[in-house]
Amino acid sequence: MQFLFRYANPHNFMRLSGAVLPFTAIATVLCIATALYLGFSAPPDYQQGRTVLIMFIHVPAATAAMNVYGAIAVCSLLSLVWRHPLSDTAARAAAPLGALFTALGLVTGSLWGKPMWGTYWVWDARLTSFLLLLFIYLGYMALWNAIEDEVRAARAAAILALVGAVNIPVIYFSVQWWSTLHQGEGIISGGTAPVFLWPLLLMMTGYMLLFLTLWMVGIRTAILQRRARNLMQAAGR
Amino acid sequence: MNFNMGEYGVYIWPAYGVSALALTGITLWTLLAWRRAKARLAALESTMQQTAQDT
Repeated sequence: MQFLFRYANPHNFMRLSGAVLPFTAIATVLCIATALYLGFSAPPDYQQGRTVLIMFIHVPAATAAMNVYGAIAVCSLLSLVWRHPLSDTAARAAAPLGALFTALGLVTGSLWGKPMWGTYWVWDARLTSFLLLLFIYLGYMALWNAIEDEVRAARAAAILALVGAVNIPVIYFSVQWWSTLHQGEGIISGGTAPVFLWPLLLMMTGYMLLFLTLWMVGIRTAILQRRARNLMQAAGR
Repeated sequence: MNFNMGEYGVYIWPAYGVSALALTGITLWTLLAWRRAKARLAALESTMQQTAQDT
């Protein structure tokens, strides 16, 4: 924990993230560009035809949405247990990114569902629990904005994030627990042909790298905003 | 690379279009917020230095 907190110190975080950012940014572009190239070069799937192309952006968005929520939950736990202010900042900065990935997962899934299932939407377990994730994200962001006092807002938001975390395993296992139109897990573990697997894995990596990059920039922005606020308060005295 | 989507183009292109737009949008928004915060802090620091020198 001590090791972790050394980098969680705002000053050290600015230094470290500043050094890492160019690399994650370049890696993001490389991963996504390669994934796009491989994806558009892949042959049509024997069942899905070229709609398999939607998989290359739907699965990365949906998994990123859940991973980002996991990151928020971990930060919230750190914040509640150790009261570390930077973990609140980190959790808050991740939320809009996670919400966007969730929305993209829903939109791309819906555009994939129409040609494959014959409908844009069904109220089944996977789709409904994923829609709930979007509402949890929006509620989390609204809660941060609703409470003026930052310490109290952080605590309330952290509790909401941890309660909402129950939904993550529900989403994940929904395809096993209930009968659903959505296909089961196993794209990566099961025998997906390498021509489809590579663009998918690269795009998933690209999406997570994009998240990491933007997350770091978001935390850096929040740190500067706090410094500016502190200066204003100091000057007011 | 093959950009011929056949009958599925009406689903594939919007999916890619929305994703590209959203991800580019949030990237620009994030960078803009960063630059704005940096400029504001720099402005604050310089005015404070100014007042410190004046007094």
